[in-house]
Amino acid sequence: MSATFTFTIDGKEIKGQPGQTIMEAAEAAGVYIPRLCYSKDLRPHGSCRVCTCMVNGRPQAACTQPAAEGMVVENNTDELQAIRRDLVEMLFVEGNHFCPFCEKSGNCELQAMAYRLGITAPKFPYLWPDRSVDASHPEVFIDRNRCILCGRCVNASKDADGKNVFQFVGRGEHKRVAVNAEANLADTDLKGTDRAVAVCPVGAILVKHKGYATPVGRRSYDQKPIGSEIESKRK
Amino acid sequence: MVTNASTTAGTRKITIEPVTRVEGHGKVTLHLDEKNNVSQARLHIVEFRGFERFIQGRPYWEVPVIVQRLCGICPVSHHLAAAKAMDRIVGGENLTPTAEKMRRLMHYGQMFQSHALHFFHLVSPDLLFGFDADPAVRNVIGVAAKFPDLAVQGVMMRKFGQEIIKATAGKKIHGTGAIPGGVNKNLSVQERDFFLKDMEQMLAWARSALSIAKDYTAEHLAELKDFGSFESNHLSLVRKDGAMDLYHGVLRAVDAKGERVLNDVDYQEYAKHIAEEVRDWSYMKFPFMKSVGPEKGWYRVGPLARLNTADFIDTPEAEAARKEFKAVTGGKPNNITMAYHWARMIECLHSAEKINDLLHDKDLQGTDLVTKGERREEAVGLIEAPRGTLFHHYRVNKQDQVTMANLIVSTTNNNEPMNRAVQKVAQDCISGKPEVTEGLLNRIEVAIRAYDPCLSCATHAMGRMPLDVEIHDCEGKVVDRRQRD
Repeated sequence: MSATFTFTIDGKEIKGQPGQTIMEAAEAAGVYIPRLCYSKDLRPHGSCRVCTCMVNGRPQAACTQPAAEGMVVENNTDELQAIRRDLVEMLFVEGNHFCPFCEKSGNCELQAMAYRLGITAPKFPYLWPDRSVDASHPEVFIDRNRCILCGRCVNASKDADGKNVFQFVGRGEHKRVAVNAEANLADTDLKGTDRAVAVCPVGAILVKHKGYATPVGRRSYDQKPIGSEIESKRK
Repeated sequence: MVTNASTTAGTRKITIEPVTRVEGHGKVTLHLDEKNNVSQARLHIVEFRGFERFIQGRPYWEVPVIVQRLCGICPVSHHLAAAKAMDRIVGGENLTPTAEKMRRLMHYGQMFQSHALHFFHLVSPDLLFGFDADPAVRNVIGVAAKFPDLAVQGVMMRKFGQEIIKATAGKKIHGTGAIPGGVNKNLSVQERDFFLKDMEQMLAWARSALSIAKDYTAEHLAELKDFGSFESNHLSLVRKDGAMDLYHGVLRAVDAKGERVLNDVDYQEYAKHIAEEVRDWSYMKFPFMKSVGPEKGWYRVGPLARLNTADFIDTPEAEAARKEFKAVTGGKPNNITMAYHWARMIECLHSAEKINDLLHDKDLQGTDLVTKGERREEAVGLIEAPRGTLFHHYRVNKQDQVTMANLIVSTTNNNEPMNRAVQKVAQDCISGKPEVTEGLLNRIEVAIRAYDPCLSCATHAMGRMPLDVEIHDCEGKVVDRRQRD
């Protein structure tokens, strides 16, 4: 096995293993790089760009960029945080996100990221897109109003579940997650226990009948901001 | 503010907009003829809400959380009414003891804080300073300056109720505690003890507030008896044994003499008994009992109606107070509009007694929170909200989506009565008077405030409110206007 190497993130020395991305090495060292589309154990998608860092002076997605000896990575800078805020704000205005009644509130990575980045209200105009819901499946409800096109469900269904239930269709503002069936989700072999359902970071793919079973105060991000679990590993 | 009704021609129209010290936004229009006699008096609700339409297509378990956004004052009522309907959708209407008692605690906490807010902050300026007092003093700031203890009591009682809501629903406003078939949390021993330490004080303040309301009504009975008053039907839920029950029961209505009009019917069948009339000048519908018809079938809801329908109250201090209340009318229904305040404070004490009982009940620490049964596709949920009976009716398809919703909120039920109160006060106090003073116009608002209406269910303002009164001539031209910013 090859030897470990070192690089820096915001001046802090990080040990990297061959084959690790910047994101993986940072996480192992207890350094949190904000992210939305990335999910541990899934192939990185590199689409949301929230994890963008300056790597040797150039912007790179930390979830896809391999770490290397001597790299100089900037992560927590005012400029990058401002870019991340803009990216997250755009996700909010491009969809129809109503946190006040969304059952994912408190467990939603998009909402938690907005809180972490200090977003109070988007400065961009809301687009109010016309998006569909799919309630046909007995166990799973799809609400495309809340989809941020992270691609986790697409990858998880293919790689973890071996089913290929979800796929992107369309381009640009018309891009959406489609189901691999003649008509609706009920026509696929998706199960409520599939990884593709569990990995959704927002309230777009939901296990039915669960709703608000977890009380306010005990949800994932009620007590600590997103990323705290990684930062708590820092020595 | 004083309006000097000097006019140049014919009939006049006086507009009071917004009506102050009520929840939400409404206006009153008065039409006066050449001799200053009131020819028409109406309360207009200028709210518009699209909830019944835009929850269509949403999954049923979202509904108790969405619909409570109708209101920031008593969202618990909508939360629980919708949850009660969804209990039936999942076949879980027979709640576990812990679930039912947690919901009741939430509800009594809300009733306690809402009644306290209304009495101390919205109504007390009229009672303490008089209807004609300078509006610069006749507000909550004036109360705080002259009666600081009362103002503090109002704040602390509201805080206590709000904390109970937080402990049961997760948040003070717009929580998630009630879920289809139950609740998502119990009450910890620490939470219980937090409330128990203040319980005696809350009971004492509730008794004190009741005394103020009772003494005021007794002292001013001669003038209040006819003030905005009229005979009407009264409707509410009652427990099956006839006790007052603010959370659950059967529908009972009595007429002005106390004869039963609705005899303890199952509210799942409310549509057989209640219909709603649409009138072209108001966004709000006018409900009535079908068996009597739209002309005479309208009814009052809220504290006064509940005191008139219930046979007894199952907490001792509120029951003693109820007997005193009933003695004023010889046991017959009380039709005095201003008696709402007295009735409301009886309920406030009742809620405090109920909270005290529940806090001593170990079922609140139980862990069996949710129950389910046979799925249904249609259900009705009713509750006695602070302002009166609240109806929620839903249909849900096999894919779990809401396909129909009908909500009759408390203030809608009181639409006709509030209009009658406005007409009565306008006829008695304003008609034929050469000058329409601010104090006379305030009397109209006093009558409306007695009903504690929640006009837009989303806005909330109190204290020194903007007031805009316009006087129009018969051609619609503004001949006089007085504003307070």
